Amino acid sequence: MKRIYVKEEWCLGCHLCEYNCAFANSGLTDMVKALRDKPIYPRIQVETDENGVTYAVSCRHCTDPICVKSCIAGALSKKDGVIEIDHSKCVGCLTCVLVCPYGAVVEDGSGVAQKCELCMKNSCGAPACVKGCPNGAIVYEERQAVPASD
Amino acid sequence: MKHYVIIGNGVAAAGCIEGIRSVDTESSITVISAEQHPVYCRPLISYYLEQKTDPERMNYRTPTFYADHGVTVLYGKTAEKIDAGTRQVTLNTGETLPFDALCNATGSAPFVPPMKGLETVREQFTFMTLDDALSLEKAVTPESKVLIIGAGLIGLKCAEGLHDRVREITVCDLAPRVLSSILDETCAAMMQKHLEANGIEFLLGNSAKEFKGNTAIMQNGDKVDFDVLVLAVGVRPNTALIKNAGGDVNRGIRVDAACRTSLPEIYAAGDCTEYRDISADTDKIMALMPNAYMQGHTAGVNMAGGEAVFDQAIPMNSIGFFGLHCHTAGSQPEGCEMYEEADEKHIKRLFVKDDKLTGFMLIGHMHRTGIYTALIRNQTPLSTVDFARLKLEPQLAAMGSAYRSKVLKGVV
Repeated sequence: MKRIYVKEEWCLGCHLCEYNCAFANSGLTDMVKALRDKPIYPRIQVETDENGVTYAVSCRHCTDPICVKSCIAGALSKKDGVIEIDHSKCVGCLTCVLVCPYGAVVEDGSGVAQKCELCMKNSCGAPACVKGCPNGAIVYEERQAVPASD
Repeated sequence: MKHYVIIGNGVAAAGCIEGIRSVDTESSITVISAEQHPVYCRPLISYYLEQKTDPERMNYRTPTFYADHGVTVLYGKTAEKIDAGTRQVTLNTGETLPFDALCNATGSAPFVPPMKGLETVREQFTFMTLDDALSLEKAVTPESKVLIIGAGLIGLKCAEGLHDRVREITVCDLAPRVLSSILDETCAAMMQKHLEANGIEFLLGNSAKEFKGNTAIMQNGDKVDFDVLVLAVGVRPNTALIKNAGGDVNRGIRVDAACRTSLPEIYAAGDCTEYRDISADTDKIMALMPNAYMQGHTAGVNMAGGEAVFDQAIPMNSIGFFGLHCHTAGSQPEGCEMYEEADEKHIKRLFVKDDKLTGFMLIGHMHRTGIYTALIRNQTPLSTVDFARLKLEPQLAAMGSAYRSKVLKGVV
C-alpha cells in the first residue's frame, strides 16, 4: 500500500504541511476561514533535530498497530492497510496517544483523538501534506522493505 | 480441523478470535458468554452514563464480527468445569464441549468486602458491566445522593458518569488519596482538587464500616446519608476454573509471555491473569484493556499453532476527569531517580533507574506521550538517546537519526 514518507534533506521546516493538514481536515472550503486566528491541531508534526534537520512525522500505518490493539472503544481499525478512527465511537480516553510509539496520534483540540488517515475521508482524496509540500520533502508511495537511507 | 473453546466474551476473547483466525481460518471456535451481549467496551460504561456513547456504539466490533470469523457464541451460558485431562469443558447446562486448545478469558469480578448491614441497603450496585450501568441508571434521579465506596479508577469514572444526573456524590476510600493504584501523593492531590472543583466530595482515609438502610457509618464515626450506593472497592480475577483444573494460580492465573497456563493446551488472557511487568521485573495482575487484547491475540495465535509472545507488558493508564487528563505507565522501582516539571495545572514526573525509563506520571498535557511509553516497553538505554531533550518534550528527534530513518523512511 502507499504510505507517507519523508525526505528530510529536502524539508525546509516551513510547517506548511501542518497547515495543509489542518485545512484539509477542517471540512471548510476557505483556508482563511479554516485557519485564521485559531490554534491548529494538525495530524502531522514537524520536528527539528539537534543539527537543525527538520522533517514531518505522521501516522506510519504500522503493519501491527498497537493503537488499534489498545483502543478501549473499538474506534480504531485497519481497513486495507489504512488505520482509521471512527469519531462516532471515540470517547476521548486518549489511550492511543499513550501507546503510539511515534507520537502520531494526537488530541484534536476538542478532547478526542485524531490521526492521519491519508486524506481518504476528506475531500482531498490524497494526502494534502504531500500535495502542498513546496520542496517535495513528503512523498506518498509504495515501499516494501526498510531502506537504510533514501 | 480443530476445536477451539474460549471461556469469556470480553476483549481478551475478541483478541483470541482474531489471533486464531490470523493463523487458522478453518477450525471451529466456540465462545462461552455469560453476558447476553456481544463483546462491548467495558470501560465505556461510565461514558454511557455521561451520555457520550450508547450501547450500540459501545460494541467493540461490527454486528457481523462473530459470523465473519466463523464463531459460535453460547450466550447466557457459563463454564462450570475444565477437565484438562480429557480436554473438555462442562457447562452450567450440563453440556460438554471438547477442545483441542482453550483460552480462559474469564475476566474479573467486583470485590465486595464484608461490611455490616450491607444487606439493609436497598439500592446498591457494583460498576463493572453494561447491565450494572443500566441498573444504576434506572436507580438514580436528579435528586439522588450517591455514595461511592472506592476512589480508584472505577469509582471515580462512575462519579464522573453520574455527575450530571444526580444531586450529590461522595466518594470514600480507605486509602489516603485518590487513584492510589496509579498516582503518587502529589499527582493524586492535583486530581482530587480538580474533582472537588467539579463538585465531587471526598472522605479519604475513611470508609464505611456499617450500613443502616440509607445511612453509612464511617470508621471515624461520621454518618453519611445516601440514596444510592456504589461499591467500587476493587476487582478480583476469576481464577476458579483453572485452579480447580489443577493449574498454577496465585492471585491471578499465572501465564507466561505466550499466555500459556501450567496446563497443556490451556491458555489464559486478560484480567484473570497474572503476568510479567517488564518495567518492574515482577509478575502482577494488570487488569487493563489494551493488555487484555494483546494477551488474547497472543494466546489465539499460539492456540492455532503459530508463534507469538506478549513480552512487553507494562501497567499503563490513560484516564481523565472533567477535562483533566492523566497518563501513567510503568513503575517506580526502589532507588529510581525522578525528573519533575510542574505548575498549577500540569505535572510531569519521569522515573529513571539503571539507564532506563521505568515509569511516568503526567497530568494535564497529553502530547505524544507514547514516545515515553515506547522507551519503557522497549527498555531503551537512555544513554543511546538524547534524554535531556526527551525530558522536555517527547520527540523522535531525540531518538537518533538511525531510528528516525527506520521509522519515517520504511514500513514499520
